[in-house]
Amino acid sequence: MANAKTKDQQQYQNLANKRDPGRPALKNCILAFLAGGTICLLGQLISTFYMHFFDFTEKNAGDPTVATLIFLSSLLTGLGLYDHIAQWAGAGTIIPVTGFANAITSSAIEHRSEGFVLGVGGNMFKLAGSVIVFGVFAAFVIATIKVIIMGLGGS
Amino acid sequence: MLKGRTWIFDHEAIIAASSAVGGPFEAQGPLAGDFDLLFDDLWLGQDSFEKAEKKLLEQACQTAIRKSGIRQEEIQFFLAGDLLNQIITSSFAARTLSIPYLGLFGACSTSMEGLALAALMVSAGFADRVLTGTASHNGAAEKQFRYPTEYGAQKPPTAQWTVTGAGAAVVVSSGKGPRITSATIGRVIDKGISDPFNMGAAMAPAAVDTIKTHFQDLQLSPTDYDLVLTGDLGKVGHSIATELLTKQGLIFPPGVFGDCGLMIYRDDQPVFAGASGCASSACVTYGHVLNRMLQGELKRVLIVATGALLSPLSYQQKETIPCIAHAVAIHAGEESSR
Amino acid sequence: MIFFWSFVVGGLICVIGQLLMDVFKLTPAHTTSTLVVAGAILDGLNLYEPLIDFAGAGATVPITSFGNALVHGAMAEAEKHGLVGVITGIFEVTSAGISAAIIFGFIAALLFRPKG
Repeated sequence: MANAKTKDQQQYQNLANKRDPGRPALKNCILAFLAGGTICLLGQLISTFYMHFFDFTEKNAGDPTVATLIFLSSLLTGLGLYDHIAQWAGAGTIIPVTGFANAITSSAIEHRSEGFVLGVGGNMFKLAGSVIVFGVFAAFVIATIKVIIMGLGGS
Repeated sequence: MLKGRTWIFDHEAIIAASSAVGGPFEAQGPLAGDFDLLFDDLWLGQDSFEKAEKKLLEQACQTAIRKSGIRQEEIQFFLAGDLLNQIITSSFAARTLSIPYLGLFGACSTSMEGLALAALMVSAGFADRVLTGTASHNGAAEKQFRYPTEYGAQKPPTAQWTVTGAGAAVVVSSGKGPRITSATIGRVIDKGISDPFNMGAAMAPAAVDTIKTHFQDLQLSPTDYDLVLTGDLGKVGHSIATELLTKQGLIFPPGVFGDCGLMIYRDDQPVFAGASGCASSACVTYGHVLNRMLQGELKRVLIVATGALLSPLSYQQKETIPCIAHAVAIHAGEESSR
Repeated sequence: MIFFWSFVVGGLICVIGQLLMDVFKLTPAHTTSTLVVAGAILDGLNLYEPLIDFAGAGATVPITSFGNALVHGAMAEAEKHGLVGVITGIFEVTSAGISAAIIFGFIAALLFRPKG
């Protein structure tokens, strides 16, 4: 069902669209820019911290940085603060790795009432799973193509 | 008597008592004084949202029964429904109440679906004392239909806030109290809206269809009711419904046509387009509206509960959202005690 | 300067995400999946590493870098072991992120309840 709309449905859609207050896209973009930029800036500061005070180099400071940001996101999610920030920050909190951590943590916390194995374990990747699946599959396709091209090109 | 799609209850179907219970967010709203019980813990001391919703319904039912003065064992039937899969809230509450039970599903239109059926049973002589109720819980509904409560998705302005609450009423064949005079049964209407974050727009056509049918079946005019309330169309849905009704020639006097979802929370509470959930229509009707009727402020009321009949799966399978609305007319009885 | 650019580039990637959600009406899951694939493609075209050199955390923190890291891991192993390395190497570089998310997510489930 559902793909071809009748004329009547189309007419109603037009009416409903007129009445839809619409998303404040410009405002959302500005807030997303500020929030996302701030989180990335924070990441840069954390990276620098790890490079100066611990033995990390520019190449591998990314790992503890990401782990730290994930820790902070999980904490804010657990404390019930993350969703309030996210409501105004939008993509600014979803797109950085914080969004990934929030997706996993919020699902895990929510399903604790179903137990740790089936609830927490079984539902943890409910929202974040698609990112992993598509990332892995895309990487597989792209890397395979590259290897074949390099093999053929003999470089 | 049947007229078109409307049942006219010739024999008495009286609301002996009703009750509304709510959660912490509802306690901050303007109708807080019309709730019998307000819980300040979203979990109601339970260890899951689902169990909390069950407790809400149990509390509403037990309070309504107590207010009616009838003994729980004398209630003959229990009609209830809710939003959760397999309507577990209602079934588990029925287990506690131990009353012969008919489970219903009408999404957020369940309150009036239950009230209409209860009135039918009583008026047709198949019962003397029937309990009907419904409940919803914000956390449970978000978990099932949308995202985990702590997830950082950005809700659009058309989103609605599911009420954490429950409402119940005891309908009897004789006695004092507001009378259920007629009920119009809704038809499933689907105008092709598929956005679960804009249910108001999806449900408005169903509300309009039922309201129009009710007025036509009974040959009524817009001044025949003091108050006509939709269940949970919210800002967007209600304005669409008003426009559609105006186009059909049903223009209500100012202040008559309202929406329960717009009454239950204050403007500064972060509820986007308004309240939704089975408890939206139930709490406002079984608390605020009936209180005003008992105080003599309202004499003739039409409640049109609206429901969106989607499932989380139907949305993922790219289906649109079919909706339904059931209307029940309540008239003030002779003077009754509170 | 890298601090400035990390803010700007990170912010801009988020704006792209916001537009995907608001204008194209994609869900957060669709949006992040799209960006992760975009990151993988950009690394396939050897464009992501230069972005990281230029913007630092502005490129490593957004989810796009996850796609980049997955391709990197696959390529690194493929260079050593041929085509099969594509499969065996994918998670090498991203282990920190996924492990941290699972571990802290699980700990959070032990300690916290949803607040509504």
